Amino acid sequence: MTEPLIRIEGISKKFTGRDGTETTVFENLHFSVDPGEFVCLIGHSGCGKTTILNVLSGLDQTSSGYVFVGGREVNGPSLDRAVIFQSHALMPWLTVMGNIAFAVSSRWPEWDKDKVRAHCQQYIDLVNLTGSEKKRPAELSGGMKQRVGIARALSIQPKMLLMDEPFSALDALTRGVLQEEVLRICAETRQTVFMITHDVDEAILLADKIVLMTNGPYAKIAEIVVNTMPRSRTRHDLHKHPHYYRIRNHLIDFLVDRSKAFAGDAVNHDPRHPPLVTPGLDPAEAAASPAGKPLVAVK
Amino acid sequence: MSRLKSWGAPLLSLLILLGMIGVWHALTLPKTAAQTVDSEYAALVGAAAATGQKSAFPSPADFGRKIGEHLSDPFYDRGPNDKGIGIQLGYSIGRVLAGYLLAALVAVPLGFLIGMSPTVYRALDPFIQVLKPISPLAWMPLALFTLKDSAVSAIFVIFICSVWPMLINTAFGVASVRREWLNVARTLEVGSFRTAFRVILPAAAPTIMTGMRISISIAWLVIVAAEMLVGGTGIGYFVWNEWNNLSITNIMTAILAIGVVGMLLDLMMAKLTKLVTFPE
Ligand SMILES: Nc1ncnc2c1ncn2[C@@H]1O[C@H](COP(=O)(O)OP(=O)(O)O)[C@@H](O)[C@H]1O
Ligand SMILES: [Mg+2]
Repeated sequence: MTEPLIRIEGISKKFTGRDGTETTVFENLHFSVDPGEFVCLIGHSGCGKTTILNVLSGLDQTSSGYVFVGGREVNGPSLDRAVIFQSHALMPWLTVMGNIAFAVSSRWPEWDKDKVRAHCQQYIDLVNLTGSEKKRPAELSGGMKQRVGIARALSIQPKMLLMDEPFSALDALTRGVLQEEVLRICAETRQTVFMITHDVDEAILLADKIVLMTNGPYAKIAEIVVNTMPRSRTRHDLHKHPHYYRIRNHLIDFLVDRSKAFAGDAVNHDPRHPPLVTPGLDPAEAAASPAGKPLVAVK
Repeated sequence: MSRLKSWGAPLLSLLILLGMIGVWHALTLPKTAAQTVDSEYAALVGAAAATGQKSAFPSPADFGRKIGEHLSDPFYDRGPNDKGIGIQLGYSIGRVLAGYLLAALVAVPLGFLIGMSPTVYRALDPFIQVLKPISPLAWMPLALFTLKDSAVSAIFVIFICSVWPMLINTAFGVASVRREWLNVARTLEVGSFRTAFRVILPAAAPTIMTGMRISISIAWLVIVAAEMLVGGTGIGYFVWNEWNNLSITNIMTAILAIGVVGMLLDLMMAKLTKLVTFPE
């Protein structure tokens, strides 16, 4: 059993409102992400997804519980964990090259200008932005901006990528193209990724595991869905696979009904070991698959 | 059509200018009949000028001739009370720049501190609120008393009037740097100095420059009044001196020069602002 890259143990987050009332956004969350794994987190708006990502990146702190990355407790942001922001967060006064170079020279301050440029160019080419190096963010389309954000995050060669709904501000066409590119890049680099989304198809296309979060306040992890489809899946043949609709229906069913009423069926729910489910398999397959067994067996 | 559009406005400006000069010319035509004027004014400007053939107020032609004279030799120096208008403007610009640059040296770093730290902001806010509305000229006697030098006092007055817009705009610009840019810097483990210079400064630069542009305009307004008070040199002193000499033409030339220099200073700052502004 490999040591997980990220291990989250019993984290909770409370916010104190202006009138002094405390709201618990989420409570006692446990899960982990293995090296090379692509994990998506799905949940309704306001359940605390961004807060979890900020905790993982070190930008925010938990009220209780621990987050370990590579066996060490997180106590602040680190170059090991690159963040791709929903709003791309490019600096408008810098060019595409300048934005990426800012990250690269932060990662390797000892590098000279030429080395930084050459390294940046590699990642600009990787996200298909060759020729736009000298453009400012204002001259780029939404999709191109997000490509720069991806290149910037990858260029520091982080141990893992954290993405907060990176494609939600894009039109469907651009989103599809970028999803496939992320799929390709992550397959090439065996990058560990933790991504937030509210798009079911996006999660099925990209993720190895999909973490389902119930509605807040007091949001919990209801279960973890294992994506049993082969990793070679593409956007075009996704729906042809027999597992696709089963997984999709399961996720939508969760988002529409169960995420609200989760407290009701939580009798046997152990927050330390959220059940690992494989809705893609039919019952016979599930019995034969090791992934079908609850996480307790793995631990 | 488009040619008419691009030429329409300047053409209209020219027509307005010609119209104003025409009215001015008509109003200052030599009068044939004896004028009734205020006796005190007559005593002041001399009976001949007040009631004589020619109006005491210069005609556009007089004014044009005077400007020509000044332009042909702007930098002559014949003693303390007779210097070319160029020299006087030079003194004023020098004082403005000195006071202004000193103010920038204080206001920008201090504004940075105020913008970064809510505690510093709350601590300094009462002082700023009280000091800001004080007319810069009110400081003049205090400055003369403590600094004991009229030239330095004028620079101090410029300093005090240009410091506030720069301070407040810098603090505001720094405080409103987008959270996400700071978060990018944090996730890249960028140190505070590098964050200040590579993220906060460029992000706040347009707001800071706006403050600096307001400051230079105020400084140029104030220098004329300050120099009228302290005397000696400068365009403000020149205006006052020419009032004592009763040379309305010279005063008008100086007024025009003040306007043109003020416009040039503002244009310069506008150019610089454009340089640091980024499209979002
Ligand atoms: N700084 C904050 N102060 C108070 N409440 C906050 C703050 N940030 C987030 N929240 C609350 O925490 C909850 C979760 O927010 P967030 O993590 O952004 O949700 P999501 O990303 O899942 O939509 C929301 O109800 C939000 O109102
Ligand atoms: Mg969010």
